[in-house]
Amino acid sequence: MRYIEPHAHMISRVTDDYERMALAGCRAICEPAFWAGFDRSSAESFRDYFLQLTEYEPRRAGRHGLRHYSWLCVNPKEAEDVGFAREVLKIIPEFLDKPNVLGIGEIGLNKNTRNELLILDEHLGLAEKHNSLVLVHTPHLEDKLKGTRLILDAVRNFKKIAPNRVMIDHVEEHTVSEVLARGHWAGLTLYPVSKCSVPRAADILETCGAERLWVNSACDWGASDPLAPPKLGLELHARGHSWAAVDRVLFRNPQEFLRQGGKFAVEE
Amino acid sequence: MAKPRPPSSPLPVYDPVDRGFLDARGKLIDVAAFLDRVERHGKLLDYRVRALQGALKKLSVHKQNSARTAAVLRSFSDPTSAPARRAGSPATGAWKK
Repeated sequence: MRYIEPHAHMISRVTDDYERMALAGCRAICEPAFWAGFDRSSAESFRDYFLQLTEYEPRRAGRHGLRHYSWLCVNPKEAEDVGFAREVLKIIPEFLDKPNVLGIGEIGLNKNTRNELLILDEHLGLAEKHNSLVLVHTPHLEDKLKGTRLILDAVRNFKKIAPNRVMIDHVEEHTVSEVLARGHWAGLTLYPVSKCSVPRAADILETCGAERLWVNSACDWGASDPLAPPKLGLELHARGHSWAAVDRVLFRNPQEFLRQGGKFAVEE
Repeated sequence: MAKPRPPSSPLPVYDPVDRGFLDARGKLIDVAAFLDRVERHGKLLDYRVRALQGALKKLSVHKQNSARTAAVLRSFSDPTSAPARRAGSPATGAWKK
């Protein structure tokens, strides 16, 4: 089994995880900028973070033969402070031309606030200006359905951003159809408590089909499992799906989405 | 090169009940135990517990293609559409009217 991990927060993981992922068949990891578990004290902290994502983590991953790519943004939680977020937004273009930066992400909403929406719009404007791929975080719990709909409407206002260049992540059974109906890609996040379990993700793939869907672990500093994607592969195979079908979900689909940006490349 | 042969050791046919029943049974008993525990502590009226009890009713639908999972997720969801004025408290998993 081979797979691409399209969404993992490796700065929060130990080096052993890189080794375990490589042993499980991982070929490349994509790391979106996110909330570190605390609010940063200055916008300059983000410059250090972006350097960590674009320079340090690729070296750490590379020691295990893994390609490492990143997405940049100010996360929705810290976007609530509009002035702070705008300072960070000014830094992002310095990094966008790097060969391992895939686009803008993970932007989106956390508590579905006006300020979060304002900064989401400004990120989308930046993506439109730079013709970047977009990775969008949707809220996790009771806010997800409303947040997803607000996000879909916000993205629709940017006519120059093609829907199939936008990945709406963390979909669940009550949001996946609306996301796919708008022409976007949808991400299934395999997370032990607050997101989707491995069997549920397999159910969604069986009921919705595999077109424009990817799966990820979004492993971070919380209870999460970096090996969740290959575990989904085993689940699908145990249900009678061919290894070719598993390969489509775990490798070819993320490859297809990510290649649209012109930077992502991984050995076949 | 030798022609590939089909595997002679077949894999078991997938049966979702064989594979998932004990796990689902255990989770349901955990929910029952949770409600008993909450009751002992006088917390049955907590909005999250009431939301959970409301969601449990969604499991008893026996129509074809009743999409129980989506129905349960929707029952916990914020049904409003206007953006919030400020972030407020963290998400709890159940919408508080």
